[in-house]
Amino acid sequence: MVERYVMSIDQGTTSTRCILFDHRGRLCSVAQREHQQHFPRPGWVEHDAVEIWRNLQRIVPEALAGAGVDPAQIAAIGIANQRETTVLWDRRTGAPLGRAIVWQDTRTAPLVDELRDRPGDEFFLDRCGLPPSTYFSAPRIRWLFDRVEGLEQRARDGEVLFGTMESWLIWNLTGGADGGLHITDPTNASRTMLVNIRTLTWDPELMDFFGVPREMLPEIRSSAESYGEARALLPGVHITAALGDQQAALFGQTCFSPGEAKCTYGTGSFLLMNTGTDLVRSRNGLLTTVAYKIAGQPTVYALEGPMAVTGSLVQWFRDRLGMISTAPEIETLARTVEDNGGCYIVPAFSGLFAPHWRSDARGVVVGLTSYITKGHLARAVLEATAWQTREVVDAVNADSGLALKQLKVDGGMTSDNLLMQMLADVLDVPVVRPLVAETVSLGAAYAAGLAVGYWPDMEVLRRNWHRAAQWLPDMDPERREWEYESWQRAVQRSLGWIRSPGERVEKPR
Amino acid sequence: MAGPVQSIERAAAILRLLAGGPRRLGLGEVASSLGLAKGTAHGILRTLQHVDFVEQDEATGKYQLGAALLHLGTSYLDVNELRSRSINWADALAARSGEAVRLGTPLEGQVLVIHHVFRPDDTLQTLDVGALLPLHASSLGKVLLAFGAASLDPPSEDGLAAYTRHTLVTPEDIDRELAGIRELGWGAEVQEMSMGDAGIAAPIRGHGGLVVGAIGLSGPVERICDPRGRPLPALTALLREAARAISRDLGAARW
Repeated sequence: MVERYVMSIDQGTTSTRCILFDHRGRLCSVAQREHQQHFPRPGWVEHDAVEIWRNLQRIVPEALAGAGVDPAQIAAIGIANQRETTVLWDRRTGAPLGRAIVWQDTRTAPLVDELRDRPGDEFFLDRCGLPPSTYFSAPRIRWLFDRVEGLEQRARDGEVLFGTMESWLIWNLTGGADGGLHITDPTNASRTMLVNIRTLTWDPELMDFFGVPREMLPEIRSSAESYGEARALLPGVHITAALGDQQAALFGQTCFSPGEAKCTYGTGSFLLMNTGTDLVRSRNGLLTTVAYKIAGQPTVYALEGPMAVTGSLVQWFRDRLGMISTAPEIETLARTVEDNGGCYIVPAFSGLFAPHWRSDARGVVVGLTSYITKGHLARAVLEATAWQTREVVDAVNADSGLALKQLKVDGGMTSDNLLMQMLADVLDVPVVRPLVAETVSLGAAYAAGLAVGYWPDMEVLRRNWHRAAQWLPDMDPERREWEYESWQRAVQRSLGWIRSPGERVEKPR
Repeated sequence: MAGPVQSIERAAAILRLLAGGPRRLGLGEVASSLGLAKGTAHGILRTLQHVDFVEQDEATGKYQLGAALLHLGTSYLDVNELRSRSINWADALAARSGEAVRLGTPLEGQVLVIHHVFRPDDTLQTLDVGALLPLHASSLGKVLLAFGAASLDPPSEDGLAAYTRHTLVTPEDIDRELAGIRELGWGAEVQEMSMGDAGIAAPIRGHGGLVVGAIGLSGPVERICDPRGRPLPALTALLREAARAISRDLGAARW
């Protein structure tokens, strides 16, 4: 019998990857291509959606060739994607209307500040489970409507389509301007601020509020069901799953039961805890989000703590400061010293995400003395990720009433042993890495494979999960508390840095 | 004996030329200074750029010496970089073989374990990244020795430590073993460090085929070897596939 595989496409923030998995959830082939990051102004981050589609066209054949597989051996395609990144395109020509605005982009900050004043956070939390933030898509659509002549009218006339990356890729894979499917799934749709978190449908009040017409919005389908056949690249193969990347990772880590949590360490880092079919509203600065929706089953929800800048702090250290030549070298540099030497870096590059949600914060390096070397800075860079995780875990514990017993981790930064040990130390729980570090891709593959019966049920997927490494806490509790307090003091110093124009800070008398 | 290789002489001349002044040089300047056809000079520059001996300025297209030349004397691949580049393949190897996987690099006459993937059976295991293994009694070490990535210190009066009765301790035995490893392309250690355990390892190669580390798997001897103590071909095939995949990723062309 010919072996069959599930193809996973992970359209991430810095690259697009195509991975083939076999029945036992083992990675059989990887192809990957980075795309360009555009930073046209401070705080702006853009991607070229056409470049991303072209990259996909290259890597799909590469992944097939890597495993010596032909398209007929692909049982299904699942897609995971960077969430909230906003693409608008022309329904007729298929051409994007400008570059995609990436989730890290903070151009909508003034608009978001207004929304937090009026109608206020509660209005939004009640409906979509999200507080206004530059993170989400709807403010971006509004921003574009307010600046691009005639765009809003064209959208009302049905000439313009909106999507996050999975919508864009599925539309192109299924024919594009020639009958392409314009769809999304609840994990992605629930991050627009336009979806009612209970009904998982486009919310008329929110659409009215942002002035976003229904005509431009994709149809919301389940996260795992057959959407249709691909017409480009893999003609005839069914696309059967779409999940936001973080929800895909939760799925790939097989966190199927309430209370199970994972954190994915990439450009940003995202801790999600499965809360089952209960919708838990956070009192501690977390987001309520959809974990997954399998066709014919109740929606499963999650609490999420996103940290905007973790791996990207290492990239900044590498590319902008030139302190290291590759990201993994941060560990080598950090190990040249015993500790942080009293130095802390709070990477509030685009404000602070969970649990603070402060768009007026900006990055700070505190505790500088003439004693500090690049080694100390490297350590502070890694510790920033560990302490941000601690803040989110504290919030998750408080909201869920449960104490996290272990943290399942994944993502590129899990190859950093020093960081993984720091995490175990500051969280005071074991940190475990699964055998497949590519859980985002694996989750999309799992969902896609379930939808076509490639895997019979979720229990089989659970049995595919194996521990590849484990780090145990090894830090003096007093020192942990002292360091945590120092971190929290550093965070205080990052707040309130951004002023609106004309605002003057009163001098202390 | 064969005469000097012309293209290497020309490459050396280009490097000397670029090292000669503080200024970056364009292709035309390099070609005319050395009396080479532009196409020839370009081909050599591209190759030198590929191995990071030369860098090209993005804006002007001019060439200068590459950073890799400065580190030539202390040439090494950062171990954390090596782990990061290997992690997916090491995971896949553990998943397919069902055994624990380790990566090692040479460190001061021993093998430094730089990566460890647990045996995927969810039993209690301890991460031993940072541990040191003996070169002559571990499969990782023997592979590093065989391919010139490490060397044994001149034997002290006590000679090499014998961990079990199977440990190879005489120079003759070790030389024969290393020659065999070079021939096969992989190496084994069967109850040479502790009775009941065995391991196999293969070299990881970087640019130009230079061995930068080794990847191996290990476990109870009855799972790694057949009843006659020979490593199972299915396992060595998986291992070599993983080693080749990592090597390709690191820029080794032929392996």
